[in-house]
Amino acid sequence: MQGEDERKGMELAVEHINTSHPLMKELAPGVDNGLLGKKLEILVADSAANPNQAVQAEQSFINQNNVMMMTGSTSSSVAVALNKLADREKIIYLPGISGSNDTTGKDCARYGFRQGFFGEMAANAIGPTLVKNFGENRKAAYMTPDYTYGHTVTESVSTYLRDHAGWEVVTNQVSPLGTQDFSQYLTNIANSGADFLINVNWGRDAVLSTQQAAQFGIIPAMTLVVPYQIPFLAPEAGPELTEGVFACTEFWWTLEDEYPLVKQFVEAFQEKYGYRPEWGAENGYVAFAHWARMITEANSFYPADVIAQYEKGETIPSLMGDVFYRPEDHQCVRPVCIVRGKARSEMQNDEDFWEVVEVLSGPDVIQPVDYLGCELGEI
Amino acid sequence: MLSWGNFISQMFNGLVSGALLALIASGLTIIYGTLGVLNLAHGAMFMLGGYGGWIAYTYTGSYTVAVAAGTIFVLLVGVAMERGIIRHFYNRPPEDQLLVTFGLGIVFVEGVRLVFGSLIKMTPPPEIFRGITNLGFMVYPTYRIAALVIVVVALGALYLILYRTRIGMIVRAGIEDSTMVGSLGINVFKVFMLVFGIGAAAAGFAGIVNAPIVSIAPDVGDRYLVLTFVVVIIGGVGSFPGAVLGGLIAGQLLSLTSMIDPAYSEIVLFVAMTLVLMFRPRGLLGTAGRE
Repeated sequence: MQGEDERKGMELAVEHINTSHPLMKELAPGVDNGLLGKKLEILVADSAANPNQAVQAEQSFINQNNVMMMTGSTSSSVAVALNKLADREKIIYLPGISGSNDTTGKDCARYGFRQGFFGEMAANAIGPTLVKNFGENRKAAYMTPDYTYGHTVTESVSTYLRDHAGWEVVTNQVSPLGTQDFSQYLTNIANSGADFLINVNWGRDAVLSTQQAAQFGIIPAMTLVVPYQIPFLAPEAGPELTEGVFACTEFWWTLEDEYPLVKQFVEAFQEKYGYRPEWGAENGYVAFAHWARMITEANSFYPADVIAQYEKGETIPSLMGDVFYRPEDHQCVRPVCIVRGKARSEMQNDEDFWEVVEVLSGPDVIQPVDYLGCELGEI
Repeated sequence: MLSWGNFISQMFNGLVSGALLALIASGLTIIYGTLGVLNLAHGAMFMLGGYGGWIAYTYTGSYTVAVAAGTIFVLLVGVAMERGIIRHFYNRPPEDQLLVTFGLGIVFVEGVRLVFGSLIKMTPPPEIFRGITNLGFMVYPTYRIAALVIVVVALGALYLILYRTRIGMIVRAGIEDSTMVGSLGINVFKVFMLVFGIGAAAAGFAGIVNAPIVSIAPDVGDRYLVLTFVVVIIGGVGSFPGAVLGGLIAGQLLSLTSMIDPAYSEIVLFVAMTLVLMFRPRGLLGTAGRE
């Protein structure tokens, strides 16, 4: 579902690039009914969150369709694998949703540029909120999916809370991607004496684990925290479970009240697809817009020229104010926001699940450049 | 997480998941025992039960109707499968049987994905089984306790069919020697059809009873298929009591290992299977010499 939302954001971006939509012109003024006189076309394959499948599909697009850019992922294991492919094939890659620190950390790529936020930013953003609201020396149980995203997010969040407020990890339940029955993990958590359930699971795993935690009475006995907001968790699990829950995300549609470009985006997306976009769609749209901007400013599709343009690190617009890509690790320094789940009675409409509590600027929550061990390869 | 409280909790949790595995494995084992066909579409039967029940629930809002409809639907699918395809493979090599049932499993899973998509579907438990029950040593979801009772009753019913009815006697005789049963003038092919239907229905029933616990998706049966094979091997191929014992052992191994580290739970289960294969290849309650 997140993947579909992300794809729709990308398809809308392509349509806007090909038609010089006013919103796209704000983000990438050089688009002119396409890019450098060419219309964009998008090819889609299902990675099933499987790196092998993703690499095979992209390799086939490269060999048979001569694609000039690769994008997409709703799993960091896919993003990391495509980073490697990008460097090997010398094709620009824009990860989609990828929460792992490694994507622009130890597994960063010269040809890869991540627009979205990730574990370390989420930890630095939500950590102070948790400490402010719940105090120091608390006990937390973590649920971690067993791949790069899960491990790095849990590491970042638990380290922040331990170092800044003495929070203890009483148990960390690591489950394989695609787990259906979480009863073994939840039984351990129920007996752990934790005050907080910090759920790092992603996608369907997150929905199922949250629902089952409620079945076991862990919610509301423990306070649920979602450090890396899962698109569609609230509608699937229900606002009864997400009410009062703090989460960190990079976009929520009610930001339209504050940011005119968000309003334009939400309206255009809703008109085309019939619902308000989640952050996957925003991520896909903005990453595409930034890439289009780099192409037009470099006046070239040649990857080395596009990389050089990104690596200038210039301040450029996003839907939520100015951002820039760090030349050292190709990570976009962008704002993130803290949201809190609304009660059903507080919802103004059937998609009004979260209240934006705070928007934090990128430079305030991003780690120092050398912190995650990125070493970019050669062009 | 080693503590007495957690130990007792995980034991109980293992009993619940073990009973479910026992029921699914029973279906697989009676099909294999009687027909000699290893049904790799058994996980898909589990999944189809969940979807059949979910559709019935969507239209009626009744859990009971959902369970009945899901089970009958899979019974009919099983019978149709046996009549339409499987019976043509009784005299074919085992690898052909594996391939055709594996292929059918893929067709069912992808067919459901095509029609209903990959998103999870939820069948809520009946009103009286919602909420949490305090067992003294732990609080536990009421529906999971109810599911344990339902599955135990279903296993009991299956036992009665197999051990207290004429058809059950023929099935058990067929497991031992189907040629001899046929030579006694019994229409074994009619029995085969019924056995395949009942075996599939056991998985389908488990699928719909399990649906309110974990919800359903097209691939919901995949993991259970693998675990079910392990259960059957531990318990003894073709043995109904073996499937029950194997299920309970598997449930406990998975749950109790989770106390130390859930990552090792399936490893321990496979180690147990390997040990059984090494020291008692016919399984704990299997009969020596049975194919």
